[in-house]
Amino acid sequence: MAADQGPDMAYASADHTATGGAEEFLDSPVFTVSGAGDWDDLVDEATSLHEERIVVNMGPQHPSTHGVLRLILELDGETVTETRAGIGYLHTGIEKNMEYRSWVQGVTFCTRMDYLTPMFQETAYCLAIEKLLGVTDDIPDRASVIRVLMMELTRISSHLVCIGTGGMEMGATTVMTIGFRERERVFQIIEMITGLRMNNAYIRPGGVAQDLPHGAIDKIRELVPEIRAGIRELELLVNENPIVKGRMVGVGHLDLAGCMALGITGPVLRSASLPHDLRKATPYCGYETYDFDVITRDSADAYGRLRIRLDEMYQSLRIVLQCADRLEASVGEPVMIADQKIAWPAQLAIGSDGMGNSLDHIRTIMGESMEDLIHHFKLVTEGFRVPAGQVYVAVESAKGELGCHLVSDGGTRPYRAHFRDPSFNNLQATSIMCEGGQVADVIVAVASIDPVMGGVDR
Amino acid sequence: MSADDLAQSTDTAGAAAGAHTVNLGMPVVIGERHGMFGATAGQDTTGYGGLVVPIVLPGASERPYGGWFDACVDDLARALQERGTAYAEAVDKVVVDRGELTVFVVREHLPVVAQALRDEAALRFEMCLGVSGVHYLGDTDNELHAVYHFLSITNGNKRIRVEVTCPDADPHIPSIVATYPANTWQERETFDMFGIIFDGHPALTRILMPDDWPGHPQRKDYPLGGIPVEYKGATVPPADERRAFN
Repeated sequence: MAADQGPDMAYASADHTATGGAEEFLDSPVFTVSGAGDWDDLVDEATSLHEERIVVNMGPQHPSTHGVLRLILELDGETVTETRAGIGYLHTGIEKNMEYRSWVQGVTFCTRMDYLTPMFQETAYCLAIEKLLGVTDDIPDRASVIRVLMMELTRISSHLVCIGTGGMEMGATTVMTIGFRERERVFQIIEMITGLRMNNAYIRPGGVAQDLPHGAIDKIRELVPEIRAGIRELELLVNENPIVKGRMVGVGHLDLAGCMALGITGPVLRSASLPHDLRKATPYCGYETYDFDVITRDSADAYGRLRIRLDEMYQSLRIVLQCADRLEASVGEPVMIADQKIAWPAQLAIGSDGMGNSLDHIRTIMGESMEDLIHHFKLVTEGFRVPAGQVYVAVESAKGELGCHLVSDGGTRPYRAHFRDPSFNNLQATSIMCEGGQVADVIVAVASIDPVMGGVDR
Repeated sequence: MSADDLAQSTDTAGAAAGAHTVNLGMPVVIGERHGMFGATAGQDTTGYGGLVVPIVLPGASERPYGGWFDACVDDLARALQERGTAYAEAVDKVVVDRGELTVFVVREHLPVVAQALRDEAALRFEMCLGVSGVHYLGDTDNELHAVYHFLSITNGNKRIRVEVTCPDADPHIPSIVATYPANTWQERETFDMFGIIFDGHPALTRILMPDDWPGHPQRKDYPLGGIPVEYKGATVPPADERRAFN
């Protein structure tokens, strides 16, 4: 007993000594470790709401948040009561950088925005420049066909990553391995044509950088059936899979009114049964001449979006084969605008050292025409001038409407380049899709938006 | 509203546009471009003289605008009239350039214009594709421009651009988030990058830059930054300090 009382007695006496030495302050509030008592009230109030209410930061380093997306979730047990998306962790100032580079150099910047859909940024940017220049009708047909081919291949590879990583996030690693395996096949074609898998900088103002190499069409014809078989395998794996359906049906619901209010485009909008596809609505690059369908569903949930992406890949393969036919029929036609003030003069070929080179052009500029040399030098270092004004051009990216707003002041560089990235806009729907659901549904809902932070943050 | 009334309101539009000192049909000079090359009209092409070229943007267009633009502007005028706002007060000028319709809206009237664009059946621009800024350093008292793009899926995929200006000294523009919730993040981004304060936005905070970042990076007076890079013994200066040919 005495041992138990000992410490208490000691504190009490110490207390007494402390207050006893300053009796004139007894009327003023006493500040102890728990304050004047009001903090206890606050804590009581908070805990009385619900004892399981916590705020969780999911990301920015969480593997299932698609890069560096940060989700701030307020949880009540397993239920998400509030969701906020924090972005900006991958902001690289691409738009600002483009203001300090020539129009052609801008292609290498915008291709790095949404790194899963490089061709769409390149095309939107080049179409915008061409509209500013007023040369939209002068782009050779073959260049437009190659652009369509590259965009559709990119759409397939982007959708495959979306489905693959989405499956991985739900624990279905086979979906991921199949997705990435098929994406490699797509990359074989893209790499053969552009030399690079990603960040291609292949589509240039006025056309494309290079014509197709020998054997490219054969490669496409060889690989398309394999890709189709791979997509079919993916379909068989997920379409009626009870686990996939259990995780995805009814999750991430966003109806048409919500989509319209939030400016959502792409597969998310089409999953709410609106057949809005810019390829049909406001065709560019000659899309009106291709035979394909716009896929819609009316479930407005993550499962519907999965099925839309699967079906869209088949449609893209249809377009790819139509492109292959047209490219076979137009061998030898130009792939760059005829205007020598815009088009770079040489079409490169792979030399014996494995590097791109054009011996004919070198013979001309080094041996025959000094003016050609000056022109080439000026065109590459200084670049061409674009008349002052502004345009907005939109293309249907794999994720929705990718808009490019370009302003020129008449100089050799963009005065302002802004990209309306579909993921940036679509991510706003995270809150409305996730709130009221379970924590596990957040992953599925975000995956169904298919955000890529490189494009969101730019 | 009768056709006569509409004609009259269009007339007053012309008068008020004059009051706004807009030169109909005249290009707008918004600054000067300095550089080394690229002179036209017989100027010095050596670069030693220092190139000075005015930046000339397309000015206000005169009717007919062509295509569906005339009908669209008429519908907008009627819709504004019904909402108690005179077209001449709300719309500064209309620019048709490269087949795109741009309506310059006086900033106080942006919310009612947005409301009209969305709710009027003849307009029905139900999709707002966001706002972005442009900083025209030389456009005195209208340095900051906010550019909105709208899409009407209902009326045949028409696009319209709305441009709102505000001075650097008073960078306030009303928010249209109440009408177009899609603009929530876009307005935050424009605020973050240009410092345009969208009054009435529910939570106007930085979105891409860190919360405590000083300055607004996309402004033209904000430097690009960068460090010199050594390459094979030579030094490459950062992009904004290199010799420029613009």
